[in-house]
Amino acid sequence: METLANLGDGFLIALTWQNLLLALMGCFLGTVMGALPGLGPSNGVAILIPLAFTLGLGATPSLILLTSVYYGAMYGGRISSILLNIPGDEPAMMTCLDGHPMAKKGMAGEALSLSGIASFVGAFLATWGLIALAPQLVKIALLFGPAEYFALFALAFMTLGGVSSTNQAKSAFAAALGLGLAMIGVDTQTGVPRFTFGEVHLYDGLDFLVAIVGLFALSEVFIFLENRHGGSDATSGKLKIGRLTPPMSMIKETTPTMLRTSFLGFIAGVLPGAGASLGSFISYSMEKRLVDKDNTFGTGDPRGVAAPEAGNNAAAGGALVPMLALGVPGSGTTAVLLAVLLSLNITPGPLLFTQNPDVVWGLIAALFIANFMLLAMNIPMVGLFTRLLLIPPRVLMPIVAMVSFVGIYGISGSSFDLMVMIGFGIMGWVLRKLDVPLVPIILGTLLGNSMENNLRRAITIDNGNWWTLIDSPLSIALWAIALIGFVLPLIVGARVKARMHARRDEEGSIAD
Amino acid sequence: MINATRMALAALALGASSMTAMADGFTPENPECIAPANPGGGWDFTCRQVGKSLQDLGLLDKTMQVVNLAGGGGGVAFAEVVNKRGDDNDLIVAASSATATRLAQGAYPGNSMDQVRWLASIGADYGVIAVAADSDVTTLPQLLDNIKNDPTSTSVAGGSAVGGWDHLKVLIAANAYGIDDVRSVKYIAFDGGGEAVTQLLAGSVQAFTGDISEAKGFVDSGDIRVIAVLSPERLGGEFADMPTAKEQGVDAIGANWRGFYAPANMSDAAYDAWVGKISDLYASAEWKEIMAANGLAPLDLQGDAFQSFVSDSVAQIQSISKEIGIIK
Repeated sequence: METLANLGDGFLIALTWQNLLLALMGCFLGTVMGALPGLGPSNGVAILIPLAFTLGLGATPSLILLTSVYYGAMYGGRISSILLNIPGDEPAMMTCLDGHPMAKKGMAGEALSLSGIASFVGAFLATWGLIALAPQLVKIALLFGPAEYFALFALAFMTLGGVSSTNQAKSAFAAALGLGLAMIGVDTQTGVPRFTFGEVHLYDGLDFLVAIVGLFALSEVFIFLENRHGGSDATSGKLKIGRLTPPMSMIKETTPTMLRTSFLGFIAGVLPGAGASLGSFISYSMEKRLVDKDNTFGTGDPRGVAAPEAGNNAAAGGALVPMLALGVPGSGTTAVLLAVLLSLNITPGPLLFTQNPDVVWGLIAALFIANFMLLAMNIPMVGLFTRLLLIPPRVLMPIVAMVSFVGIYGISGSSFDLMVMIGFGIMGWVLRKLDVPLVPIILGTLLGNSMENNLRRAITIDNGNWWTLIDSPLSIALWAIALIGFVLPLIVGARVKARMHARRDEEGSIAD
Repeated sequence: MINATRMALAALALGASSMTAMADGFTPENPECIAPANPGGGWDFTCRQVGKSLQDLGLLDKTMQVVNLAGGGGGVAFAEVVNKRGDDNDLIVAASSATATRLAQGAYPGNSMDQVRWLASIGADYGVIAVAADSDVTTLPQLLDNIKNDPTSTSVAGGSAVGGWDHLKVLIAANAYGIDDVRSVKYIAFDGGGEAVTQLLAGSVQAFTGDISEAKGFVDSGDIRVIAVLSPERLGGEFADMPTAKEQGVDAIGANWRGFYAPANMSDAAYDAWVGKISDLYASAEWKEIMAANGLAPLDLQGDAFQSFVSDSVAQIQSISKEIGIIK
């Protein structure tokens, strides 16, 4: 009952004209960014951070805007997957497998709206999961001392590679790079500056917002500069959109799929470091194993569209649980959102629900509102969204570059940060060439300090006794999950991954 | 308003020759306050609150522009003021004990406290030492005895880095109690007072050192017990129940003061005008209310008095920092 009363308060906070307008704007921009190939939820949110700061928004309105963008991008990612067979973002990759074949059969409209409905179901159920689970996580949060936190961060890093990257070694390399970058700055446990070269701008460490915008947005611009003669948007002209709503029978057929995959996706989202890509991937592969008796998956089966979309949107909601309740991001995008919270001087974690209940419940209410807005927006506007894909990159990319520079300068007022951002942009470009995933770098930069500090705190508190790290049932459990999460994908992941790639090769996919 | 217009007109009519005569009544044209951190923190609060109150009280006729220049724990802003804005008469910069601590420890590379002019304080946040509500420890001497007998038995958590102000406060107390090797005090640095208090509640650490404003919420909820306030005498109002360290025989005072500095080559007229404005602000009833609402205790120092206060506190921090080996 208390939860419902809190939720009611949340709706009172969220239902102001300003917040509704922000949610609407966020949903729309998010959907557009999700739909544009390359611009996924993490970039979308990162690009809009400066906007939130420039508008001088408070904590709750900023979060409402940015999470609307987040949910919007999760919805929007499917559009280019279905129409062009180019995933709008990483988690939408799985939607290509059945979505594009449906579009080729002239069922693009049905695929788009069915996936919109699946997205809604996944996100809606996940928001309820967030309400149900987050307060519980707060109760157990006081069990977390430095040793348990260290185990938790270790878990995030060990499950990171998993299925969501083609190459474990490259994931590990990226994470190590991120951890290394996190070392820059004054070490709080001894007060000694590390890797700062006497440069006072580096004493506080690298600003992860600068790193994120550089790595994702700027490297995107560099990639465009390099390939500007190519064009991937020429094919959309021949697409037939067909009827805009799926028949009831199709919805009925896919309902059990949506419910199952929402649950799976949510769990994947709650696990730190797993995130939406894993959510959509597991959802698709499990559903295929469960219901694909006639081998129709991959040839335009509506269930193959519903599964990954429900899964990845549920994961998006699930990822908010550890971010809000523990201060640990469950996905790349929540890592960005976490950075935003920290810049707003809100410390996510055990005390967030008691110290900033208005922020938490306002946010949750906003998620519901954003969900209904997105459903209402996505079904009738399918036709319009397809046209947005026609924005030529030569118009889009300069805008991205401009927003990045103005935004970062706006946050810190320091030209040094602009140089750092360019450095990260170049690094991002090189790493993309080498097919090194960028999300682990952000995760490493963001969590590296906390991970190191908690290790050293635990050891100091116990006077140098390393066994303190596995001294409680909770830390043992976390280490066990971490080990399983690390080893299992090595065995299972390789098999499933190979199958997935075989499938994509058959399709003659032009993704990546 | 009319007066200001008249004066402006007069100044315009008399031309440049009258400027020296006008200097006594210096009025900043574009008052600006640099907050050396991101929006939301203590320095940002200092700038915004003071700017707003100065305008409300009619001490400034223009809105004070607040510029957030974060980085290097205030070092970026300090270097900017010293190197680029050295003769700006319209500029003041928010500072606190953290500024003095970093200056004392040479954490602003190449900068020292003499490179700016210290204006005035606007209040202080006194340090507290607290334990969990269910702890056996009830007094400060008891806690310090535990540390003296077996330093490994007691971990003290604080929100600042090692060598930062929260750390130094507990060392000042330990020093005053006669613990010779203050390095043996086990201090665990957390990211902010909130996280440190959480770990006190979780039972990971035995004591907490921080500011009274950080502890207040948890004292109100009955989760922690303040065993000592590091103030010269008991504080007023709702804080009156908290014993001082001094009355328990530990002569330790630790105040996280808040105040301002200005560029070194600011004209004397401008410096005096700013000192005067902040003094008037401090003396106002409005400011007393703001201090009460934000848990700020009195610390009334202006001009030369403030300059020598900062200088003394830098010297004290330097000597403790040498003892614990933060600086050589």
